[in-house]
Amino acid sequence: MKTLIIAEHDNQTLKVATLNAVAAAQAMGGDIDVLVVGSGCQSVADQAAAVPGVGVVLSADNAAYENQLAENVSLAIAEAATSYDCVMAAATANGKNVMPRVAALLDVAQISDITAILDADTFERPIYAGNVIATVKSSDSKKVITVRTTAFDAVAAEGGNASVQPLDNAHDAGVSSFVREEVAVSDRPELTAASIVISGGRGMQNGDNFVMLEGIADKLNAAIGASRAAVDAGFVPNDYQVGQTGKIVAPDLYIAVGISGAIQHLAGMKDSKVIVAINKDEDAPIFQVADYGLVADLFSALPELESAL
Amino acid sequence: MKVLVAVKRVVDYNVKVRAKADGSDVELNNVKMAINPFCEIAVEEAVRLKEAGTATEVVVASIGDKSCQEQIRTALALGADRGIHVEVDGRPEPLEIAKLLKGVVSSESPDLVIMGKQSIDGDNNQTGQMLAAMTGMGQGTFASEVNVAEGSVQVIREIDGGLQTVKLSLPAVVTTDLRLNEPRYASLPNIMKAKKKPLETLTPIDVGVDIQSHVTLVGVRPPAERSAGIKVESVAQLVDKLKNEAKVIS
Repeated sequence: MKTLIIAEHDNQTLKVATLNAVAAAQAMGGDIDVLVVGSGCQSVADQAAAVPGVGVVLSADNAAYENQLAENVSLAIAEAATSYDCVMAAATANGKNVMPRVAALLDVAQISDITAILDADTFERPIYAGNVIATVKSSDSKKVITVRTTAFDAVAAEGGNASVQPLDNAHDAGVSSFVREEVAVSDRPELTAASIVISGGRGMQNGDNFVMLEGIADKLNAAIGASRAAVDAGFVPNDYQVGQTGKIVAPDLYIAVGISGAIQHLAGMKDSKVIVAINKDEDAPIFQVADYGLVADLFSALPELESAL
Repeated sequence: MKVLVAVKRVVDYNVKVRAKADGSDVELNNVKMAINPFCEIAVEEAVRLKEAGTATEVVVASIGDKSCQEQIRTALALGADRGIHVEVDGRPEPLEIAKLLKGVVSSESPDLVIMGKQSIDGDNNQTGQMLAAMTGMGQGTFASEVNVAEGSVQVIREIDGGLQTVKLSLPAVVTTDLRLNEPRYASLPNIMKAKKKPLETLTPIDVGVDIQSHVTLVGVRPPAERSAGIKVESVAQLVDKLKNEAKVIS
């Protein structure tokens, strides 16, 4: 069994999601190599080489891969995949974009968003917004898998000493180009990696009121999230969205403020260790999953909470 | 410009789906079915392109058993011009659906294919990317804005840190995210008109595909339930519980 992990990175830093994927690969058993596809990404390859349990780091370093365009990156991955039994990536926006393309190039199914590995062919994955957990068995000899990062605890980032091998073949499909990226810069921890998340919903009433969450987030070193309703209403940008079709989070503490708790939102946060709900509607479904519920007007509760911390 | 939209028939998003008692599959008897919400957004985007004069024809395709003609008719009522139903029994996998759609693409030669980013039943998020790979097209996945120009399309994509804009040569595949548009409701006259719009039924053989199965469903189970928590009376009590009982803050 040989597994190839696709590194998640920004050409400079190896993202923690990669370490979750390595953990999933360890659960599969066998040899683990990492493929870094990027441009000017030597430092990422070095970081991947330091991950314990990694045998070889393959580095496809070319300008065609600078912005992770799926059309180009998938060709590099599919080529490297020929000598592996399994290709795995974290189910991030990037993994979701690229990996099905790899699977199609290899003419195999993709198993999306796995949460457990039962054996080398059999996996668990949530379907219907996590209302049901399906056990699926793949008959493909080569597996293409994306991993739900919250289901596998990240392995250590340092302690290993893998060798780095450059891959010289560059691929440019020539059908797509990068125009620009607007990525929010924040001192707060990343939503999917934070140990505390505080999210606001429609009850926040407008984007300005999210300032009230910021003060609490600063005190708790928490990330800020939102429900789909709050994102759709334009209170906050799309990358705040927690839920079935947004980000999946499982922090130690999740504080839901003014969020009613639609199943699509619960799908993104119900595996959090401790859930707090603050809502003035005592019948809100969010209270059914909350460890601690506070029925209160958030506009008085939030300032009180901030000063109590 | 011709636009092809793929739509899927799924359990209505308001229905809370449960596992059957024997754990063999999900309970789908007497459950309300609907067009997948992301596919509805795809139809809306195509219809808007036609209304803007950019698209000349909107073709809607669906893969599935006979009942999915209902969702094709819904798309026709929303403004698509004609439908193609590739009749397949059972639940074809994303890879096979992509192959069948590739067959439709070969005969229809659309300039743009618009699909939902995922269906809310399987939550796979694969088919658009797979179709793009098989046809050698560029892909603008998780789109929140689509701007068609001469020979190309610019797509603003929702990514983990924010937004990314890519430019794709046409033909290309776009998959929709939630904020691309707000789909309209079909008016009664349009629902009546949709019944007279052409709807062609094809078999997998017609589009040159021999369907294979790569994944089998072993069983389903409900997720682990969270035990019911408690209501606290005040912010002070909440902070005390988080510090001293749950020990998640210090």
